Amino acid sequence: MDQKDKPITAFSVRGLTKTYGEGAAAVHALRGVDLDLPKGEFVVLLGPSGSGKSTLLNILGGLDRATSGTVRFEGQDLTKMSEAELTLYRRDHIGFVFQSYNLMPSLTALENVELVTEIADDPLDPAEALALVGLKERVQHFPAQLSGGEQQRVAIARAVAKRPTVLFCDEPTGALDSTTGRAVLQVLKDVNETLGATVLIVTHAAATAQMADRVLHFADGAIREEIVNATKLTPAEIEW
Amino acid sequence: MVRPLDRKLLRDLVRMKGQAAAISVVIGLGVMMQVMMGGLVNTLDETRATYYDRYRLADVFAPVVRAPNHVLARIAEIPGVASVEARVTGSALVDLEEDALPVRARVVSIPDTGVPRLNDFYLVQGRVPSPGRGDEIMLLNGFAKARDLVPGDRVDATMNGSKRLFRVVGLVESPEFLYTTAPGELVPDDARFAVIWMRRAALSAAYDMNGAFNEALVGLSRGGSADGVKAALDRLLDAYGAAGAYGLDMQMSNRFVSEEIKGLRVTSAVVPPIFLAVAAFLLYIVISRMVQAEREQIGLLKAFGYSSMEVGLHYLKFVVLIAILGAFLGAVGGIAAGRATAVFYQSYFKFPFLVFQLDKSSFVIGFLVSILAASGGSLFVLRGVFGLTPAVAMRPPAPADYSGTGQMPGWARRWLDQPSRMVLRRILRHPGRMAGSVIGIGAGMALSVTTLMMMAGFERAVDLTFDEIDRSDMSLTFVTPLAPGAVHALARQPGVQHVEPVRVVPAILRNGLNSYNGAVDGRVEWPRLNRVIGAGVQPIAMRREGIVLAEPLARILEVKVGDSLTIEVREGRRPVLEIPVIRIARTLLGAPAFMEIEALNRALKEPGRVSGAYMSIDGNQRDRLISAIKSMPSVAGVAQKEDARRALVELMNTGPGATRYIMTAVAAIIVFGIVYNAARIAMAERMRELASLRVMGFTRDEAGFVLLGELAIVTLAAIPFGLVWGYYMTFAMVAGFSTDIYQIPVVFSPQACGVAIIAVVVAALVSGWLVKRDMDRLDLVAALQTRE
Repeated sequence: MDQKDKPITAFSVRGLTKTYGEGAAAVHALRGVDLDLPKGEFVVLLGPSGSGKSTLLNILGGLDRATSGTVRFEGQDLTKMSEAELTLYRRDHIGFVFQSYNLMPSLTALENVELVTEIADDPLDPAEALALVGLKERVQHFPAQLSGGEQQRVAIARAVAKRPTVLFCDEPTGALDSTTGRAVLQVLKDVNETLGATVLIVTHAAATAQMADRVLHFADGAIREEIVNATKLTPAEIEW
Repeated sequence: MVRPLDRKLLRDLVRMKGQAAAISVVIGLGVMMQVMMGGLVNTLDETRATYYDRYRLADVFAPVVRAPNHVLARIAEIPGVASVEARVTGSALVDLEEDALPVRARVVSIPDTGVPRLNDFYLVQGRVPSPGRGDEIMLLNGFAKARDLVPGDRVDATMNGSKRLFRVVGLVESPEFLYTTAPGELVPDDARFAVIWMRRAALSAAYDMNGAFNEALVGLSRGGSADGVKAALDRLLDAYGAAGAYGLDMQMSNRFVSEEIKGLRVTSAVVPPIFLAVAAFLLYIVISRMVQAEREQIGLLKAFGYSSMEVGLHYLKFVVLIAILGAFLGAVGGIAAGRATAVFYQSYFKFPFLVFQLDKSSFVIGFLVSILAASGGSLFVLRGVFGLTPAVAMRPPAPADYSGTGQMPGWARRWLDQPSRMVLRRILRHPGRMAGSVIGIGAGMALSVTTLMMMAGFERAVDLTFDEIDRSDMSLTFVTPLAPGAVHALARQPGVQHVEPVRVVPAILRNGLNSYNGAVDGRVEWPRLNRVIGAGVQPIAMRREGIVLAEPLARILEVKVGDSLTIEVREGRRPVLEIPVIRIARTLLGAPAFMEIEALNRALKEPGRVSGAYMSIDGNQRDRLISAIKSMPSVAGVAQKEDARRALVELMNTGPGATRYIMTAVAAIIVFGIVYNAARIAMAERMRELASLRVMGFTRDEAGFVLLGELAIVTLAAIPFGLVWGYYMTFAMVAGFSTDIYQIPVVFSPQACGVAIIAVVVAALVSGWLVKRDMDRLDLVAALQTRE
């Protein structure tokens, strides 16, 4: 990758729609989304509940299928992929962080990370991934022995340990207090900077947008506004 | 006005109709088995009692050689005797042209006018022989059906050595002949033994019994002592050649019926409780799972101001409703199934009618166990409900804590990948639930192992009896004991290869207060054609100085080798012998006692006499031999071993034998029910984990391993457990089924184990496949959004 100056597109989305149900009961979650996301950016997707932002994230992450339109990732159209290809796509390129941490309660912090490194091609060392999120001392603890913020950091370590191309975060701080929330955002920022992963955060906490490279405002199933921040704040500077 | 909570209850029931129905069905099946088996046993008992009562079956039978009619008045005077009937009976041979071999028959007299005072019969078809018509007979319906005989047909019968042509005028059923076995045989067979009824005058003429009888039937008065009457009869009839009076409990047909009902009772005592226990266990795990899933609603209700008690009662109602619904369905189904099986057994036992009798206690037990099982689950509900504060309940639950049970030794860490650790830790975290599943699957498997091993035991019994013990081709009995020349005469017949004489005499064997009305079987020193074998299969030699007892007989008489036995021979000069027991023999049919033939004859002072013989023959000359035997007037009956073998196999495979197949099916259902439920619950509980794995990029199969690996371990753990349990349960079941008529050996059958293992594995695979199919359809997004 020597084309450092020219931003390479991670995702190229055209005419994306998603409809749940049929006829009069149909819900149009996405009503024609066009979007180009450059690689390596820190992107925040803002919007009220039900605006369709999670649906977009799920489709980009290969968890859900579009009703129409195309989603190109590194030249490949996700909408044409089979179930097995989507699984491989997630395995090789994508990391997820959810509001509820979704850790395996029966595995320790380290083992939760190893769960992913075992099946990844060129993963980080699991201990290193946990060090990255500041949990070097807690590797042998089970989820039940960790606080909410710590659990979310394990979830992030687990998501980044595979060196994902893209890291999707759906309300990653939704269940956390402000201090813990800031710490988690800092970890995401670090991951973005040290690993060069594209980070896409979906949230309705507008303040988070202040730390992004790019902010997408979402409403009624479409992007209403796209802002490129000239100056960014650090998570510590954000008004919560 | 229906309260909102009750409305929620009804809607929840409708929403969870699938799961509720599944639990109801399992409970229902348990209750159904309980009600059905209980009802069946009661119905058969009651029907038999009513049948005996209505057709005045005698309580005591007293066969004699010949007693003058006036003795009857003295029998009536015995205290405890309510009614007396004298009759003439004899053995005969029925010659059916279609069949080369004559069929043995028992001829029974009916009074010259009117109906018998005791041992009445039920006329199925035709009419009763006209008074004074000596050529008219009635036949036992079962035999007539087996031989395609109808009123109007003519049959040849040899009575007391003379052959005559008779006309069949009626077909009858009799409570005395529900099962028919030829004298000296133990396997009932409709086709090979006939019962003939005819007017007494004609029968007396044929058997030289004018003015006399050779069997007294006695009905006891209420409270009359059978033992006292038997003893008095034996004293009174001793001078007339009494063979020993015996009660209904020793009457052959009644014994077979009793044994069958007893076998059913054993089955009904073992199977339904296992089923109900499994149902209780399933209910418990499903309900504890439900509280987990509903914690948010519980919190919400409490937040609205409902008390813990009100919320608890709400869930209790839900559970008890399902249980009652299941129990009710089971009771209704049980009554219907009980009636259907009773109708089947009616034709099997040849009862002319059925008296349906439900077992009330089975309803009570069924409902009680169902509700107790449900309440056991509800205790969990209440505990969960009381323990939850509204705020906690409405937050997602904290992750299950594995810090206590999740520690692993170093080797395990080295060898196990993360998914395997997840499987293992979950099992270690819920040892109670896992043990429950193992016990449940083990119970189902044990049931099928027991059933299959019993079938293997039956087969082994048949093989031992007809391959190891009886190696003859044909056996034959003489009308009266004959001089040794009879054996030589037989040996000269066409196709006869070897002849082995026997001398069988009726006898009462006594040891202190224990007695057995049976026979002593005199055998040559080293029997070759019909052997006597020991606990292994090694042959036992007859020795002059003692008697060899079959194991069940030794058990009844409570004697062991070295003890002395009193034998009251009921034939000839009727000696009373004191003989030491020298060996215990293994038998599978009957409870015989063996002596060396010459020692027996010497005791009788009838040297060289034989009452029958076993023969090995050249199969190619069978027809010639049969026609030669038919022309010998001294022969009372002939039996071919293959016929007896076929009849025994048929007896084991039809009727009660069929319930064994049903039990195997029931076992498979239990295993499937548990494995499938365990898988479903595991999947519901771990939906989120599984979805997370898939999101991380695990393939369907990789994620499936985490779910199904647990199932596989539980199933594999249950297999050895089920095998061992089944093996030991076989001993208990066999003890319940074995009697002095037939004994079932416990056979460790690798084949039975194999079939049971395959059944369990197939049930597990099918359940796994069904659950995996649902898992593959899992909506990842929805699964991740659901709050546990």
